Amino acid sequence: MSVQVWTFVFVFLTFGLYIGIAIWSRAGSTSEFYVAGSGVPPLANGMATAADWMSAASFISMAGLISFLGRDGTFYLMGWTGGYVLLALLLAPYLRKFGKFTVPDFIGDRYYSQSARLIAVFCAIAISFVYVCGQMQGAGIVFSRFLEVDITTGVVIGMAIVFFYAVMGGMKGITYTQVAQYCVLIFAFMVPAIFISILMTGIPIPQIGFGAELNEAFGGGYLLDRLDGLSQELGFATYTEGQRSTQDVFFITAALMFGTAGLPHVIIRFFTVPNVRDARRSAGYALIFIAILYTTAPAVAAFARTNLINTVDNVEYTAVPEWFSKWESTGLIAFDDKNNDGRIQYVGDPETNELNVNRDIMVLANPEIAGLPNWVVALVAAGALAAALSTAAGLLLVISTAVAHDLMKRSFMPDISEKQELLYARVAIFVAVLVAGYVGINPPAYVAQVVAYAFGLAAASFFPAIVLGIFQKRMNRHGAVAGMIAGFLFTASYIIYFKTINPSLDNAENWWLGISPEGIGTLGTLINLSFALTVARFTPEPPPDVQAIVENIRLPGEAVAR
Amino acid sequence: MSDKNAHSYWKSNIKIVSSLLVVWFIISFGCGILFVDALDNIRFGGFKLGFWIAQQGAIFVFVILIYIYIHLMDKLDDKYNQRASEESRSDTQEDSP
Repeated sequence: MSVQVWTFVFVFLTFGLYIGIAIWSRAGSTSEFYVAGSGVPPLANGMATAADWMSAASFISMAGLISFLGRDGTFYLMGWTGGYVLLALLLAPYLRKFGKFTVPDFIGDRYYSQSARLIAVFCAIAISFVYVCGQMQGAGIVFSRFLEVDITTGVVIGMAIVFFYAVMGGMKGITYTQVAQYCVLIFAFMVPAIFISILMTGIPIPQIGFGAELNEAFGGGYLLDRLDGLSQELGFATYTEGQRSTQDVFFITAALMFGTAGLPHVIIRFFTVPNVRDARRSAGYALIFIAILYTTAPAVAAFARTNLINTVDNVEYTAVPEWFSKWESTGLIAFDDKNNDGRIQYVGDPETNELNVNRDIMVLANPEIAGLPNWVVALVAAGALAAALSTAAGLLLVISTAVAHDLMKRSFMPDISEKQELLYARVAIFVAVLVAGYVGINPPAYVAQVVAYAFGLAAASFFPAIVLGIFQKRMNRHGAVAGMIAGFLFTASYIIYFKTINPSLDNAENWWLGISPEGIGTLGTLINLSFALTVARFTPEPPPDVQAIVENIRLPGEAVAR
Repeated sequence: MSDKNAHSYWKSNIKIVSSLLVVWFIISFGCGILFVDALDNIRFGGFKLGFWIAQQGAIFVFVILIYIYIHLMDKLDDKYNQRASEESRSDTQEDSP
């Protein structure tokens, strides 16, 4: 069977599975729609969190980015996993104990303020929206390449599926489809990685193959030494050495970590488990499930890079393998025979380099580059779609709850019945799907890049406000509001300035303190913290009932009955 | 739980969280970023140590840290739950004539 037939079979089967789960898990109440009735077992929640979390960027773009960044790619690896330590230790148990539906719920109640609630709603929608655009775009790329439909059709199919299970099942439907999507995506990521590891090093565990010796067919010697050698030979940066400044890597890593802990679609997953103990436990499961992919990704990056150089450098253009011409037609790989010798020169010097490779294809085309069987190639498509759709659904739910619960029920129309609230929630998801689809068809930039900014914004707004709300009883509404506004505005303006107003200045010389827009969220976090702490010192302390809330969330659920 | 117990529970909680976060910082930002070049002088198998911590080792440590946290907090919860139930038992005894 051809790759396309296999792809069609896999996509059809997995989508059928998602729809089946949606029909089985219809939501009947707002509690089921928002937090799956708080009845999700920790293991299932761990898988759902992992799928919710690992987006099109993790699946499609990350290994590719690392294979071009070399050691600097570290900030994605540590940033997107280290944040779970913060989430597990500083947020998840306390927010579960607090026991409401959304992040703006916590901010609004803890800071006894409608304006704090509304700022939180605004931040939640802005962050989730930036993030969801990347997912739809990722789904579009996969559809267009593997099913050979155009990107618009691809995005529309993706929208229809997400719409179906998110609108019907809410959080309940999303949770159980995410469990299925985790299984699909991890299988699809690991199978090609294991194949390639065996092919290149003879070791079936990619994490170990990463540090092993290559088979004779690939030139022998340790993989990383060989890759360093090839890179130097062709004038690329040495793979295992850093190119970016230490402070920039430091700040980007911190921004991604704080952002991870502050992303509303991840935080609300911990509202779905029965109690505090289960919240802690499911954070542990989630990181294990995430770590399986995240420790494989750097190995895939090194394998793919070595393999790409071996396969294409100095090869006659007429003799390139079939995958090369297929990906050429999507524009993701481009050859320009500058010296007219009919051979591909793939080198570090931009003057003589003749090959442009889009980062995203390092994962998508990797199985083809390694000559793996057709069904493995097709599996990647199903996995990438699972990654994109699961994250998109989680984000859309945040937008929907922010509108129906935080804006309607808790702010402007407190008298609506539960049935009406549920209807608003469904309408809000519908509108959010349409808008996200539109942006997916008219995308702004690289998938992973777009997503990276959502982290800076989450880091600078939610993370400090929530942590202070738990660990600083004295923190009051004036401080929290001032901090969130200062942090969000500072981070957003810095990113917008370098990315849209003055993109030509976007280089290390013009950055403030040498911090790139990707890393500025760390500074935003610090600004938020210092504003919040200073303002709180000079304004009245929170009322006794709010201080009692703080006392209460600090105690474990089981011990609270006095 | 009495106020005194709640207070000491919270203090132990802060101690657990802060010591785990110190390890978290040293491994990720210390070994993985600030001192990565120095650690790269040490090799094992095909890896330079600093590069390996930055790209894989730190992630394993993160998982271990969360599991240590789960274990310590479960123990702490059990200890205070037991203390709280003992208190309520002695309370009832005092109340009875």
